[in-house]
Amino acid sequence: MIREISTAEIIKVVRDLSIDANYNLGDDVLSAFKEAIEREDSAPAREVLKQLIENAKIAREEKVPICQDCGLAVVFMEIGQDVHIISGDLNEAINDGVRQGYREGYLRKSACHPFTRENTGDNTPAILHLQIVPGDKIRIIFAPKGGGSENMSRVDMLTPAAGIEGVKDFVVKCVSESGANPCPPTIVGVGVGGTFERSAILAKKALLRNIGDRNPDPELAEIEEEILKRINRLGIGPMGYGGNLTSLAVFLEVEPCHIASLPVAVNIQCHAARHKEAVI
Amino acid sequence: MSKQIRLRTPLSTEDAENLTSGDKVLLNGILLTGRDAAHRRLFELIKEGRELPIDIKGQVIYYVGPTPAKPGKPIGSAGPTTSYRMDPYSPKLIELGLKGMIGKGSRSQGVIEAMKRFKAVYFGATGGAGALLAKRIKKAEIIAYADLGPEAIRMLEVEDFPVIVINDTKGNDLYQEGIGRYAKADEADY
Repeated sequence: MIREISTAEIIKVVRDLSIDANYNLGDDVLSAFKEAIEREDSAPAREVLKQLIENAKIAREEKVPICQDCGLAVVFMEIGQDVHIISGDLNEAINDGVRQGYREGYLRKSACHPFTRENTGDNTPAILHLQIVPGDKIRIIFAPKGGGSENMSRVDMLTPAAGIEGVKDFVVKCVSESGANPCPPTIVGVGVGGTFERSAILAKKALLRNIGDRNPDPELAEIEEEILKRINRLGIGPMGYGGNLTSLAVFLEVEPCHIASLPVAVNIQCHAARHKEAVI
Repeated sequence: MSKQIRLRTPLSTEDAENLTSGDKVLLNGILLTGRDAAHRRLFELIKEGRELPIDIKGQVIYYVGPTPAKPGKPIGSAGPTTSYRMDPYSPKLIELGLKGMIGKGSRSQGVIEAMKRFKAVYFGATGGAGALLAKRIKKAEIIAYADLGPEAIRMLEVEDFPVIVINDTKGNDLYQEGIGRYAKADEADY
C-alpha cells in the first residue's frame, strides 16, 4: 500500500526539529557533563563544565539557542519505499522548514557563498542525506553542525598497510592538532571504509548516536574505547584549559572499501552536540 | 597562582601587564565585536591608509556572531567563535592599540609576538555557552557594517563578563600549560 505524505507535514516537522535541536541539549550530553565534573580536578575545567550545565538550563528555560552557532542545517532522511510525497518538491520542503525554523526560532543564519561570503539570508540550502528504506514512514534527523568543530575535521586515504593502528593514530592526531579550537569536550565521529566521500558521510552519521551507545560489533566497540582513552590522555581538557576530559565519546562506523584503499574520516563535534529526530 | 580580577574597559598597558595566563577575569564596560568579514574590511582600510569606523585604542574585541535578539532582549546567544581565523589581521590591530581579544582556540606565533611587543592579552570565553554569556551583555548596538548581519561590528555593554587569560604579555600560554600539566604518556608509544 502506498502511503501519501504531504510536503506541508515535512515542512512543519523540519521547522520544529530545527528549533528543538538548537534550544534543547540532549540529556545524554548533559549527564556526561555532570559525570565529568566529578572526574576533573582542574579548576578552569570544572568551571567550564559548570557553565555548560548552566547554559543548557538557561537555553531550555528561556527558549534560546544553546550556542550562537546554530550550524548549517544537516538533515538525514530515511524515506520508506512505500511513501508517496505529494503537494510539492521534497527538497524545497526541507529548505522551507529550515527557512521557517531559523527565522521563527531566532536562530543564526550561517550559510554563505564560499567566495563572496555573502550570507544566503535564511540558512539554506540544507545539507540533505537521503536514504530509501523499506516501509511507509519517513524518519527525519535534524543535526545542526557548527563551523568551529567542522573546520577541525579531516579525511585521509591511508594505505591498507597502515591498518587499524594507522586509523587509531590518525584519529588521535586529528584531535591532538585541533587542540582547543573545536570546543572540547568533543564527540569524535570516525568513518572507515567505503570511498572518499562515503567515509565522510559515515563519520557524520556516527555523530547521530547518543553518548553511551557503543558500536554493536564488540571488536569495533573496543577500538572506540581505546581511541577515547588515548584522546583523554592528551590533556587538552574542557575548552583546552587542561584536563582529563578532551572527548566524551568516539563513535566508529566501518564499511568495506576498495582493495587498494583505507579511507578514514574524522568528523569532530563540539560539546553542543545537537540532533533531534521525528518519524512521520 | 591564578587569581580573579574585575576589570573595566578600555584597558591600559598596565592593566594588560598585570594579567597572567590562567587568571579569571570579569570584564565590565564596553566590548567591540568583530569576526571574519569585519576583520577583513578593517584590514583593507588599514592597508589603504584610511580611517577606521571604530577607534580601537585600549579596546577589547570579542570574536562573536550572535543569534538575532528575541523581542525585549538586547542580544541573542553570544558565545565566542574560533580565533585563529582572525590571526592574519590581529597583529596590525594590536600595533594600532588593541589591548584585548576574546575568543576560543590557539593563536599564531605572530599574534603571540605582537601581544608581547605591544602589550595586549588574549582571553578565552567558554565556547558553546552562548545563552549564559548573553546574560552578561546589557546593551548591544551595531556601530559599523550593518550589512554583515551577525558579523556586523557591535558595541556591547557588559557586566562581569567571565573570561580567562590564555596568552599574557609575557608569552605564557594557558593551552600549553594545561597540556603540560595533564598530558599522560600514551602506552601505544612504548
